[in-house]
Amino acid sequence: MSFVLAAFAWMVDPAHWGGPGGIADRLIQHLLYSVLALVVAAVIALPLGLWIGHTGRGRTVAIGLSGALRALPSLGLLTFLTVAMGVGINQVLLPSTIVLAVLAAPPMLAGAYAGVEAIDHDVIDGARAVGMSERQIVTGVEMPLAAPMILGGIRSATLQVIATATIAAYLGLGGLGRLILDGLPVRDYPRMLAGALLVTLLALVIDAVLTLLQRLLTTAGVRAAIGSG
Amino acid sequence: MIVRWALENAGQIWSLTLNHLVIAAPPIVLSLVLAIPLGWWAHRHGTVRQVLLTGSGFLYALPSLPLFVILPVLIGTRILDPLNVVVALTLYGLALMVRTATEAFDAVDGTVRENAVAVGHSPAQRFWRVDLPLAGPPLLAGLRVVSASTLSLVSVGALIGVRSLGYFFTDGYTRSFVTEIAVGILGTVVLALAFDALLVLGGRILLPWVRATDTRTGAA
Repeated sequence: MSFVLAAFAWMVDPAHWGGPGGIADRLIQHLLYSVLALVVAAVIALPLGLWIGHTGRGRTVAIGLSGALRALPSLGLLTFLTVAMGVGINQVLLPSTIVLAVLAAPPMLAGAYAGVEAIDHDVIDGARAVGMSERQIVTGVEMPLAAPMILGGIRSATLQVIATATIAAYLGLGGLGRLILDGLPVRDYPRMLAGALLVTLLALVIDAVLTLLQRLLTTAGVRAAIGSG
Repeated sequence: MIVRWALENAGQIWSLTLNHLVIAAPPIVLSLVLAIPLGWWAHRHGTVRQVLLTGSGFLYALPSLPLFVILPVLIGTRILDPLNVVVALTLYGLALMVRTATEAFDAVDGTVRENAVAVGHSPAQRFWRVDLPLAGPPLLAGLRVVSASTLSLVSVGALIGVRSLGYFFTDGYTRSFVTEIAVGILGTVVLALAFDALLVLGGRILLPWVRATDTRTGAA
């Protein structure tokens, strides 16, 4: 128990917050790496997922690929890309963004195509019957109706990325993982535990924000149609 | 190049693979064995459901590397003890499986259940002969996800010095030796595929109706 108290004491000590390498600095770095990877993943995975859901094509390939990607160890991919690309310590942001984006893509893809697939076919046929173009059907019917599941996919991707971004510290990148890995060789357990608690808190806060967003973006009509909040 | 290095280091690859297996297997088995009663309990009681599902959501939000560090403090093990990794990965597996099990029991058709009662099944018989077999396919789908993610997460333990195939990642990185890292990745993926094949095979033997009803393998 004294460990936990020491970690909290370390965490709330103002001396550990400011300056380069301080908690505030590490928090911002952690968020930056995570957001960068999530945006890259979203730009690729969400349109692809909507297309798969809309056309019904490529579903088997997407499922197989997502399963294969899940088995890829992030730490392995991270060290592999860094060494194979021969990048210096200043450019490791590139491999770490690729690895985190690879991690984020499968849940986003699954959320998008499963969300569109779950829509009642009569609704889409109805939209087609009143003369909506395929583009209008995707943006005006499928996207709003699939929004809860699309956001669910984004949420699960975000949690995994924030959690995994800690291992980027192993390559010399910043972020909250630094507190854990820098503390290990000098056996500064309060600092390590403080780092661990901060990452967890960050993940929980972001998850709460996304849950709220998920609720706000689910319109009353959709809520009534799918029968949930 | 990879093949030559692998042959020259076959002994080390074998021993690290065994370590990897010893750490990964208990969490995969335990998460299923523990999730079934917990999921059943959550399925039957509203309050339990709330508590368990919120709790597993919270667990899933815990990042793995920090969890490996927090656990020794909470359960009194040494920080380099492989047991930390086993417990942490069991918690992850459970976080995923409790939700899956609850939803799997929820999805069992109510009329089938009523029919079972009507033909004279006791509650225990109903559980073993009706609810559990019908919940089998989604449970198997969830277990396949747990298996893949557990086998891949074991390697993160290498960062705190727990030996597994992840050792090839940290060692290969410090030596800038890409072949060694590639062997570690291939080894992990092969293990994950082997476990997945075992689970699918086990499912076909224990649940011959899986092929007809299992459509959830691609769910996130």
